Amino acid sequence: MSAPAAPEKKEKISVPFDYNKYLRPNKLPHIWCPGCGHGIVLKAMLRAIDKSGFSKDQICVVSGIGCSSRTPGYVDFNTLHTLHGRALSFATGIKLAKPELKVIVVTGDGDALAIGGNHFIHTCRRNIDLTVLVFTNAIYGMTGGQYSPTTPMGSQATTSRYGSIEKPFDACEMAKASGASFVARGTAYHTLELEKTIHEAIMHKGTSVVDIIDACPTYFGRMNKYKSATHMMEVLEKDGTVSVKQVDKLPPEKVQGKFLRGVLHKDERPEYCEQYASLIMEKAKAK
Amino acid sequence: MAITMTKGQTGLTGNAAIAIAMKQIDPDVCAAYPITPSTAVIEDFSSFVADGKVTTELITVESEHSAMSACIGASAAGARVMTATSSQGLALMWEMLYIASGMRLPIILTNVNRALSAPINIHCDHSDSMGARDAGWIQLYSETVQEAYDNLIQAVRIAEDKNVLLPAMVCFDGFITSHAIENITLLEDEEVKKFVGEYRADRYLLDTDRPSTYGAMSLPDVYIEFKHQQSQAMAGAKDVVVEIGKEFGRKFGRTYGLFDSYRLEDAETAIVILNSAAGTTKVAVDELRKQGKKVGALRPRLFRPFPFKEIAGELSHVKAVAVLDRVDSMSGFGGPLFNEVRSALYDNEKRPRVFSRIYGLGGRDYKVKDALGVFGELEKVVETGKVETLQKYITL
Ligand SMILES: Cc1ncc(C[n+]2csc(CCOP(=O)(O)OP(=O)(O)O)c2C)c(N)n1
Ligand code: SF4
Ligand SMILES: [Mg+2]
Repeated sequence: MSAPAAPEKKEKISVPFDYNKYLRPNKLPHIWCPGCGHGIVLKAMLRAIDKSGFSKDQICVVSGIGCSSRTPGYVDFNTLHTLHGRALSFATGIKLAKPELKVIVVTGDGDALAIGGNHFIHTCRRNIDLTVLVFTNAIYGMTGGQYSPTTPMGSQATTSRYGSIEKPFDACEMAKASGASFVARGTAYHTLELEKTIHEAIMHKGTSVVDIIDACPTYFGRMNKYKSATHMMEVLEKDGTVSVKQVDKLPPEKVQGKFLRGVLHKDERPEYCEQYASLIMEKAKAK
Repeated sequence: MAITMTKGQTGLTGNAAIAIAMKQIDPDVCAAYPITPSTAVIEDFSSFVADGKVTTELITVESEHSAMSACIGASAAGARVMTATSSQGLALMWEMLYIASGMRLPIILTNVNRALSAPINIHCDHSDSMGARDAGWIQLYSETVQEAYDNLIQAVRIAEDKNVLLPAMVCFDGFITSHAIENITLLEDEEVKKFVGEYRADRYLLDTDRPSTYGAMSLPDVYIEFKHQQSQAMAGAKDVVVEIGKEFGRKFGRTYGLFDSYRLEDAETAIVILNSAAGTTKVAVDELRKQGKKVGALRPRLFRPFPFKEIAGELSHVKAVAVLDRVDSMSGFGGPLFNEVRSALYDNEKRPRVFSRIYGLGGRDYKVKDALGVFGELEKVVETGKVETLQKYITL
């Protein structure tokens, strides 16, 4: 028993984070392979949601199909598990019907950028208030390791036995060019930073995209000769990225070929649902 | 994956056998997008492409919508084209399925049957291909790995026949046939090559001597004529299926027809059922035959066009028929196979009693005891002359 702290001096008590509050225990264990990055991203997401102060009923988590898209099954919010590539369209419907909900879309790089690429650019263009978390593992994990639109050139996949010859997308560049008002990148390796980035994305009004580099050791890792899941994290996530905060201080050779981490773009422009509502009000008044 | 390689006999999964058939056919173009449980077809085939075993251009597009679109473009340009998919993949191709058949392009598609969402399920039922049954594609259903392999090779000839010129879909059961290893006899590469021959499209894009156009606007003055021709080609495809099935038998010893009859000659009751579940049903038939009961089974191989006359003839002496569907057409009136069979029997002098049973949705097991249960119900119908329950779900 310790004496109660003086009111002006806050005592720092470390309370273990209660993940169970946000999980559906009867849906566990999850399907993810040992070493998969998706679980780390889930953890960061839950902590960011907790910090945001929204109640569980105010949150709606929407996904498409893929290993990453299995996330809504495990979390105790309003959840919708939809079709491969279509999560953003379903989410747009939810947001328009219930603008007061905080809608978070959990999607894979294949889901968001290949089969659902069209929805991705148009969502960003509208700047509708959705938080879009793209789990970028550079592969179609769920279907057994086909190359995806983020697979680096030269990398192996079951569909690129001699190395991919397709130029990958940079999801952040695409989001920014399409009009998203918040664009950031994180990795599963930098888990505390990721938590902060996701929190900032949730608090932003407008389309906020977080491209999250994480590892699929089972397919991308094995086929590209990474020794272990941690080896992948070190090479791709730790050494393969640079924080935007440091980029100016580093010599060009230390930045070249690396992905930037952190908030890459942020602007305030009208959000779609608000514009929609104000248009209705304006026209209603005119009569 | 092959486990044994004795002379002529190989242990193969359905997907591996289909990939080998595709390798032997060596199409010009294959455009595909992965989906469980058909993924391994293209996965194996992409290795053949990478190893230089085929001359095919493999296009790994970003969705099935694009896959079928690319297939259509390539086929219209005169190429022999193949692809494979399942479930939502086929559903996403819907819009293009009609384009392929309307343009009379003999594209060959392997559909590994899987349930449609929602809720999401990766296991076998026939809701995917049955949903596409009116898209103008020839549909062949396969009980075993051997039949899937043989059907794919024959499908090329059927679709490309100049009196048919329609796309064709070869269907078999997800996981049950696609992933289980069965013993099969492969043909030699040369035999397949000779059997399918070289594809020479009569009219194709980029033919500078005879320029043509596909899919151009057809208003009320001609549209119905196009559809009439397509309908006639589809109806006529039945005879081509029979001919090619016979030719295949003459050459390789395995003859195929419109359907597979099992102990039907003197049967009083029968189950009509598609794909792998027919095997289970046959076990039940054998068990009941041992007890002296006159039972049989009929497994349609060709579903589109539907061989209504032949099936009505085959069942003409049977007193009661149960049609089992691994899909519900949600019409409130039984499954699609039930509707076709029952309608086909309408013109028979002596119509059997017919009822519908829906089974095995989303991969629920269909066991010998389930077939025995249905035969029990059929027996009662023969005794009383009355169908108590016209339609219901079994295997619940
Ligand atoms: C229309 C359709 N086509 C294909 C599939 C099969 N499919 C399921 S997940 C997936 C790829 C998933 O990749 P990604 O979005 O990167 O997620 P990951 O598994 O890597 O997390 C595919 C092709 C499907 N479910 N629906
Ligand atoms: S296949 Fe890859 S992405 Fe899917 S759970 Fe396993 S490691 Fe993760
Ligand atoms: Mg992925």
